[in-house]
Amino acid sequence: MIRTLFVAAAFCVLMWEAASAQTTEIKIGYLRQGGARTAISLIDIPAPDDGVAGARLAIDDNNTSGYFLNLHFSVEEARLKEKDDPAAAIGAMAEHGVKLVLADLPADTLLKAADAGRARGLLIFNVGSIDDRLREKDCRANVVHTAPTRSMLADGLAQYLVWKQWRKWLLVAGSHDADKMFADALRRAAKRFGATIVQEKVFEDTGGARRTDSGLTQIQSQIPLFLQSAPEHDVVVAADESQVFAAYLPYRTWLPRPVAGSAGMMPTSWDSSHDQWGANQLQNRFVAMFHRRMTARDMQAWMAARMISEAASHGATDAKATLDFLKGPGSALAAFKGQKLTLRDWNQQLRQPILLSDGRVTVSVSPQPGFLHQFSELDTLGLDRPETKCQLDATKG
Amino acid sequence: MWWRGAFLGPVVAIGLAQPAAAVMAYVSNEKSNTVSVIDTDKWQVVKTIKVGQRPRGIAFTKDEKYVLVAVGDDDTIQMIDTKTQEVVDTLPSGPDPELFVEDPGGELIYVANENDNTVTVIDIEKRTQLGAVQVGVEPEGMEVSPDGKILINTSETTNMAHFIDLASRKIVANVLVDSRPRFAAFKPDGSELWVSAEIGGTVSVIDPVRHAVMKRINFAIPALRAEAIQPVGINITGDGKKAFVALGPANRVAVIDVATHEVVKYLLVGQRVWHMAFTPDEKYLLTTNGVSNDVSIIDVAALKVIKTIQVGELPWGVTIARH
Repeated sequence: MIRTLFVAAAFCVLMWEAASAQTTEIKIGYLRQGGARTAISLIDIPAPDDGVAGARLAIDDNNTSGYFLNLHFSVEEARLKEKDDPAAAIGAMAEHGVKLVLADLPADTLLKAADAGRARGLLIFNVGSIDDRLREKDCRANVVHTAPTRSMLADGLAQYLVWKQWRKWLLVAGSHDADKMFADALRRAAKRFGATIVQEKVFEDTGGARRTDSGLTQIQSQIPLFLQSAPEHDVVVAADESQVFAAYLPYRTWLPRPVAGSAGMMPTSWDSSHDQWGANQLQNRFVAMFHRRMTARDMQAWMAARMISEAASHGATDAKATLDFLKGPGSALAAFKGQKLTLRDWNQQLRQPILLSDGRVTVSVSPQPGFLHQFSELDTLGLDRPETKCQLDATKG
Repeated sequence: MWWRGAFLGPVVAIGLAQPAAAVMAYVSNEKSNTVSVIDTDKWQVVKTIKVGQRPRGIAFTKDEKYVLVAVGDDDTIQMIDTKTQEVVDTLPSGPDPELFVEDPGGELIYVANENDNTVTVIDIEKRTQLGAVQVGVEPEGMEVSPDGKILINTSETTNMAHFIDLASRKIVANVLVDSRPRFAAFKPDGSELWVSAEIGGTVSVIDPVRHAVMKRINFAIPALRAEAIQPVGINITGDGKKAFVALGPANRVAVIDVATHEVVKYLLVGQRVWHMAFTPDEKYLLTTNGVSNDVSIIDVAALKVIKTIQVGELPWGVTIARH
């Protein structure tokens, strides 16, 4: 009799322990599109795990924290081929219990994924696309953006150039759509912060290879000639997201002028040289895990997965609660950028400082001193609330 | 009056053998890899000591024989002899030490190792590691409860205060606070634990028995953007009545009435104020101002900044004792 009681009591204790230690599993999806991106410099060619490595590190960080809260995080990865339907991939993830998806996709594919996700109650984190339209006329109520916009990047750069009194710009833009969009953002930034574009040049991509056996001999004479007849300018600003020519500009300009934009001093959400505000702890963890340096895309994915963990540690584990937490007053995200990051409630874009890197060191961090704003100085970067075309409508997505 | 002379003799003799002990403040200069020694009678830097790379956390040992300084980029803690004011030895701190705390017995120190999510236990006398406790991501703030039983560690990315039982060296509780908790301080009677959150912009007041946040202290300074308010160092007076919180790039120290948890005053100090230390009589509080390369002296009774002293580049930590 006594023995039975004892066993029963022991069983109760075991049951209680099992219940109290029950772990909440949070599955995060990571959806990206295949296809190699090329670059002029070998150093700039992305690693095969560019972006997703940031998510994997964040999962590791989240699980270290989650251990104390009975939360466990995992990532399910899917890679789309050019013709694949993102809706199918989203559907498969939803079937597996994924409610939160990090997406590194071109704008149109991202919109298809978002709309498929809306039907299934998924929250999408845009960790790759910098297209402003995803936060403007094509904004979606179930998409949060950790990637900065082109206009935020252009404004971050422009503020520094104006602070430096380099107000006369020679703008050189590539011929691809992304290059044209960056050139548009730079024109807007120049106007906004009081710089003058003294001349614009277009560098046509004639489709040549970036690496040739004959090497640099022609480039050395072609680039100065290309910039020869420009009016007096303080700085050459390049819009070349396609990385066709900008990296050839520094040291080859007709006049001895600094280069900024897509080469020289570049605006970015992250740089592997950034070590301020405790950032080297994150850089060290990343290098230890992946044996390479952390890129902007890695950071944007890390940030999104960390945001999910922040929400979860405050009790939000589904898509709606996560979004409510991130948009709420309790959310103040730490990102090694010297101040808290929050979401713009009108389009769910992450407010963030923009780093200016020359590829070896971080030159400065915008917003620059003196660029004031009534609400947040981070809102001096990119399209602000009064300018927005975004209308978030949860029912329409 | 024969007895007076009889007593006076030995007193004078001692006085000659050892000059009256001065109160010295040691300030770690993160950028210039030095420690500035300030004589608090003269309010002057009397010596600059070369130390290892990136000195930050700094504290007198309980016996005041040494000042320990964590030199993070050299992965060690250096021991400065307070008599000779020179580095004489090192402690095996583990990688990237930042803040540490000594146990009340003065035999052990507990070190936060930011890079590998651990707190390392070190025997000061033997200069050896005794063990490690696994904590959250990027451990930073370190504090021991006044009764010596509980060690507090804050982890900057996990956003928690971990309560570690010192007898078993096991975590007994975790309390979620706001973003990037950097510093922890007990009220002297042990009834409250205060944790600052640099990015969250708050100080959480935790009930150490229930392991729950009982109050969040917020800060608001007119004409200053909220992002600039980044609480770091916390110092509470021995009588448990007044608390001082360093607000980082807000360039101010908040004075808080501990009983009500209300901010009563903001004191303008140098730029990017990190940490603070009282003189032993608690008449003065010294603050390290990272960006303006100086130390502000606050008159604690008057709640006024009375003086600023230039030190090395990017001063970070400060410790004070009579020796």
